[in-house]
Amino acid sequence: MIVEDVICPFCGCLCDDIRVEVEDNKITKVNRACRLGASKIRGHERIKAPMVREDGELVETSYEEAYQRAAQILYQAKRPLLYGWCSTVCEAHKKGILLAEEVGGVIDSTATVCHGPSIIGIEEKGLAGATLGQVKNRADLIVFWGSNPAEAHPRHSLRYSTNVRGKFTEGGRSEKKMIVVDVRKTRSSRNADKFLRIRPGTDYEVISALRMIVGGNGDLLPERVAGISKDDLVDMAEMMKAARFGAFFFGLGLTHSRGSYKNIDNSLSLVNELNSHTKFMIMPMRGHYNVGGFGQVCAWETGYPMAVDFSRGIPYFNPGETAACDVLANGEADAALVVAADPASNFPWSVVEKLAEIPVVQIDPFENPTTLISDVVIPSAVAGVEVEGTAYRMDGLPLRMKKLVTSSYPSDEEVLDGIIKEVRRLGDDN
Amino acid sequence: MSPEFFKAVSVCSLSEEDYGSPELAKGEGNVLVTTPFGQVVVSVRLDEGLPQGIIFIPMGPWANALVGPDTCGCGTPRFKGIEATVEPTMAEVKGVRELFRGFGRAGP
Repeated sequence: MIVEDVICPFCGCLCDDIRVEVEDNKITKVNRACRLGASKIRGHERIKAPMVREDGELVETSYEEAYQRAAQILYQAKRPLLYGWCSTVCEAHKKGILLAEEVGGVIDSTATVCHGPSIIGIEEKGLAGATLGQVKNRADLIVFWGSNPAEAHPRHSLRYSTNVRGKFTEGGRSEKKMIVVDVRKTRSSRNADKFLRIRPGTDYEVISALRMIVGGNGDLLPERVAGISKDDLVDMAEMMKAARFGAFFFGLGLTHSRGSYKNIDNSLSLVNELNSHTKFMIMPMRGHYNVGGFGQVCAWETGYPMAVDFSRGIPYFNPGETAACDVLANGEADAALVVAADPASNFPWSVVEKLAEIPVVQIDPFENPTTLISDVVIPSAVAGVEVEGTAYRMDGLPLRMKKLVTSSYPSDEEVLDGIIKEVRRLGDDN
Repeated sequence: MSPEFFKAVSVCSLSEEDYGSPELAKGEGNVLVTTPFGQVVVSVRLDEGLPQGIIFIPMGPWANALVGPDTCGCGTPRFKGIEATVEPTMAEVKGVRELFRGFGRAGP
């Protein structure tokens, strides 16, 4: 059987043109996907059965026992953290938020170590957005700032941005200009018409200098800003103003550097001001395929897109206090549920040490370093391959993920439902 | 837990000047990277796109040995722009299970 128009469950591009061949309930061929996406769809070694840690070793158990142990851990905790959610569908997010509310926990997504500062910047300033379809069909100037799509979002350029032919950009790459700003040359910068190599941690200064030039105050600038000549900055500003439709994509080079959310705030202001001259949009290059979806579900369920604390009985949001790294680093979290993510790999070590000191429940199809520090491990079906559901592309477009094969594993949603039932039973008993 | 992935994220990219410097034994062996937050042994590779004095380690368990927990009030640790020293070492790069052996429940 050939399944057309499969949506790839890897990165925020959510490429929707994948062709998958299925024989005897097994995926035999994946076409059109990048290497990263094809590897995810094909799958690899799975966690075989639920496990609980006994005498330091993970030993296999039943799903019922695993749900009970998970529920006990979360129910007994004073300040449980429910973290992850980037690589699963919105139906699971909804259950996770319900569970967080029922146990009075803190729920946060992987945005917290990724584009969390982007969300804060956008809340401060607002975002001049557009869909990737509009970018494909209209953009004649594309900026990638602190982002390396050639390696992190391999089909972005071919489907949505620099190297695609659009309705009003029929010439494709030859009709478009591409600017890359980064601290190092990358595979992406080699495809660029203009590359600005800035000193690490100087993004805010360079964005401010561009805003001055766009605003007509370039004469006040010194001859060099953060290692970049004024001529180069004037050239970039003129290229942006001269575009018919400009697109500004930014990556973790902005969110992970000095300045953090203020870098995003400043970029949003630059794009706002460019809209006095031409049409310009701005968008974060979201990483995992449905980290954007968690932000959407969390915002409509709680009013906030991440780092939501239910311990007061109402949703409370204060990143810096209620984000995953904060509640762990401050020694507040006394249990954790990790779903579809790998904080052991992606948090600073001193934070991972804190996570390893508290009981951890993991729900994931695959073993990862977080498994090594987990007390209850519950394998689930792969969302977007074995389970259908909704995911949000990096531009906020919801797409329906397909089920390609039938799995013997329960979905993340079903696992969370099982834990919620056990938590309620513990509540009834008390 | 793919060995290819862990190999790819336990490597430190160095500029041409740093890779070929006598202090780093012209890219032979591994390096010990130290920041105010920790230290870790990683392998090295040449990246001609890097300017002198800047290293790059991909996001992963090895890079995170070098990152501090402070989120500066916004929930996200600063993963980039950390001052580090790099010195040659004969020590081996730890495998992922070995790396986590010291943590909580990872067992003996």
